[in-house]
Amino acid sequence: MTFASMSFALALEIVLAAVVLTGAVWTVASRETLPAVAGFVAYGLLLSLVWVRLGAPDVALTEAAIGSGLTGALLVGAAARLRSGEEQIVMERPGMVLRVLATMLSTTVAAALAASVLLLPDPAPTLAPAAAENAVATSLGNPVTNVLMAFRAMDTMLEKIVLLLALIGVWSLTPDRFWGGRPGPRHHADPQGVLAFVARVLPPVGIIVGIYILWTSADHPGGAFQGGTILAAMWLLVMMAGLADTPPVSERRPRLLLLAGPMVFLIVGLGGLAFGDAFLAYPMAYAKLLILTIEFAMILTIAVTLGLLVAGPPERECGS
Amino acid sequence: MSAAMVFGLCAAVAVGLGLYGVITNPQPLRKILAFNLLGSGVFLLFGVIARRGAAAGFGGDPIPQALVITGIVVAFSATALAIALLLRLFQATGSATLRADAPPGAGSDPSRP
Repeated sequence: MTFASMSFALALEIVLAAVVLTGAVWTVASRETLPAVAGFVAYGLLLSLVWVRLGAPDVALTEAAIGSGLTGALLVGAAARLRSGEEQIVMERPGMVLRVLATMLSTTVAAALAASVLLLPDPAPTLAPAAAENAVATSLGNPVTNVLMAFRAMDTMLEKIVLLLALIGVWSLTPDRFWGGRPGPRHHADPQGVLAFVARVLPPVGIIVGIYILWTSADHPGGAFQGGTILAAMWLLVMMAGLADTPPVSERRPRLLLLAGPMVFLIVGLGGLAFGDAFLAYPMAYAKLLILTIEFAMILTIAVTLGLLVAGPPERECGS
Repeated sequence: MSAAMVFGLCAAVAVGLGLYGVITNPQPLRKILAFNLLGSGVFLLFGVIARRGAAAGFGGDPIPQALVITGIVVAFSATALAIALLLRLFQATGSATLRADAPPGAGSDPSRP
């Protein structure tokens, strides 16, 4: 690479960082909530470009799909519902003293982090060679999938359980008389309208893309989270267009899907304990098969869990 | 100055902005938003450390990258739970304020018919 093209790339990166930070400032400083949420979504999408520049396309996909997309959908929904109470709370702006103190504290924290970034050790410590060395054990080409599904599979399993616990937490906020009912409002859209049309045309494509992103993650960027998020988005689209209703939380089928991922993960893990060396140890000959089994159970669980987390606690009785 | 360093400084500023927002924004939803901003700055620091550890033909150290993916999903779960709590508070009291001495709002609790 010549010096000129290198400095051009660097200039581009500085501009990107500046635009990302503009989004961050907008998110914090905007007076109204909905524009702030819009700023946050834009910030998240630009941030996924940063992740691409940092050589982390798997993280870029996750940030765009979950960090920006799904979180944005949640925040927009909440902002719209809380609008009527907003005026009153905006009046509670903290006094000058607190704002000055907060500025001092956050500047100190940012400066300390910036200093530690500048003082990072050189050469940087890395586990990449170890990940490359052990890649033969799973015959997967994507190192991030290897880490998520094999080398640190315990984290991924516990994360599935965190998702489930969050959903249990959300459901436990149900008002007593709606327990067992359907989450969220029933959406109605013009059956001849654009939304209903998109909700009929897009899901078949989206489902294929979601499954492809999981399948390709063996050797290329992708994974069960990213694919599962796309499936969840397709489901949410169909529900928002009023073509399908959210399932009652007492129904057995969605509950089985919620448990499928963690259960398969746990069974494979215990199998490793019984027949192999350790919990979640895959026998080398079956490693890829076992990982794919877990991932396909997981993508269903992730899609259903994410969809239900966005839908929120039940607020209608079963029939309505 | 390298790309990793530019984005590392960007991450530090994002953390600072998020922290300021968490403290000074009175609306709980804005606090949740700012907290997510703070979190994304921390994730970005992981990304910078991963990028600096690029070796063995990989664009970055895959271990911190995988940790960030797990982190983003966990942050989403926490955000969903926080928003559900906030909406329930609003439903129950008619106001989403966090002030302890707030006057009771006009809202009604749908669990008490």
